Amino acid sequence: MSDSIWIIGANMTKFARYEDEDAVDLASKASLEAMSDAGVSIHDMDVLAAGTLFQASTSMGQRIQKQIGQTGIPAYNVSNACATGATAVRTVYLSIKAGEAEMGIAIGVEQMGKMGLLSGATKQERNTFEPSGRYGAVMGVDGFLGTETMPGVFAQAGMQYAYENEGVGFEQFARVAYKNHQHSTLNPLAQYQKEFSLEEVMSAPVQSYPNTLLMCCPTGDGAAAVVLVSEKKLRTLPLETQRRAVKISASVLTSDPYVESGQVQPDVNTLTRNAANQAYEMAGLGPEDLDLVELHDCFATAELIHYDNLGLCEPGGAGDFIDSGKPFRDGGMPVNVSGGLISKGHPIGATGVANIYEVATHLRGEAGDRQIEGAKVGLAHVIGLGSSCGIHILEKAS
Amino acid sequence: MSELVPIVDYLVLTDSSYLEANECSECSARFFDRRNACAACGGTSFTRTAISNQAVLTSFSIVHRAAPSVPVPFVSAIVKTDDGTSVRSNVVGLDDPMDAELGMKLVLTTYSCGVDDDGTECIAFGYEPA
Repeated sequence: MSDSIWIIGANMTKFARYEDEDAVDLASKASLEAMSDAGVSIHDMDVLAAGTLFQASTSMGQRIQKQIGQTGIPAYNVSNACATGATAVRTVYLSIKAGEAEMGIAIGVEQMGKMGLLSGATKQERNTFEPSGRYGAVMGVDGFLGTETMPGVFAQAGMQYAYENEGVGFEQFARVAYKNHQHSTLNPLAQYQKEFSLEEVMSAPVQSYPNTLLMCCPTGDGAAAVVLVSEKKLRTLPLETQRRAVKISASVLTSDPYVESGQVQPDVNTLTRNAANQAYEMAGLGPEDLDLVELHDCFATAELIHYDNLGLCEPGGAGDFIDSGKPFRDGGMPVNVSGGLISKGHPIGATGVANIYEVATHLRGEAGDRQIEGAKVGLAHVIGLGSSCGIHILEKAS
Repeated sequence: MSELVPIVDYLVLTDSSYLEANECSECSARFFDRRNACAACGGTSFTRTAISNQAVLTSFSIVHRAAPSVPVPFVSAIVKTDDGTSVRSNVVGLDDPMDAELGMKLVLTTYSCGVDDDGTECIAFGYEPA
């Protein structure tokens, strides 16, 4: 018997802005639904991991337990930037791998509302210029020494790729967002389900060129949860549960290795490439085996460079790849059929679990109107600046 | 004449101002902040090193939306100096931000970015077309 780990239950709330429910409500709903989907209860759980970024110091796991069952199991509170959700999944995965648990639940949740730009703090209008911090700055440097905002930082990541490779420009980046908005119209769980023409994407207000408003993910609220189980435990569960189970063929987490430019511009490439290589090796699969990919399109510029980082296109060929239509849902290598972060939304802690929910749902053949027919293998990828990259490769039960 | 302070401590103000980094004595990796050990090789010995003022624009973004107190648009830039060090700053001295072009040659320049209550003037650095 292999020591594989399986997903037997998965759920996500619709990503939206919730006024009458808080993060604990959203997380509890997703958790109860995921356990119900698996045909199990909180009494079957040996471990719980709860991921949230903005409420990281609030004992989210224990607060969820008070809503869904305080059984005394270990609760891990996880925070790892935009890779928070994937890290929570991996926490449960590792607990089972270590033999401490047979079954556990990983939850990701965030409530952001209209948070707007997530960084690029307001300049401190100090009365006296006193050096502070590790760079001895006498004032806020955002706007003087480049940008600290996410649309700008990821714009620069994309423009660096454009500098190094042919065939990449504003239109290629815009086409990514055009695709994801189009995909979102089929996903009832997406925060936005509105199609825009390529022209509308390109003529939307510029946030940080080349990213226009329609090329940036929104902030929002939402939760997702998955139930993981050991292979040994899975074989004791009902046949229907086993039939719908999805195998985690690879679970990888990397951080950013040293690169010369890393101190001024976060390198989102090397750690993704490293994670992808490790994941493909662990799964014994390659990018050509993937039926769908959910990758971290926080901005259109980010998605484009990850085509290359994940090996979905020829080296340097991300521009041709989007122009060829391959990452569209009917293009042969569907990317972000959920609508991606750009349309589905990006409640940060939830994102890395929701991606796994999306892939698992397709592999189970239960994705409704947006189903990728016959999907057997899928990849879920997230990047947290700082940086951290989580990749999971999932396979349909054979 | 008012006293001048650099916006960050790695900007050295002289008649021809320049940036300075902590360079690892073992592998020559450069860091603008202090490091307990080198992120590249783990070495613990560093020397202060001047960085070239000549650079090439390797990436940029024209920022139109920022915190309310930050004037927009501005051209946020990642440049690579002639001696191989990446720097984050703004491209300044363009008539139109859309004139920014990947690969353009640039040179470091300084400008005033405010005066505090004591009359101390803050000097920032940017890169202008060479």
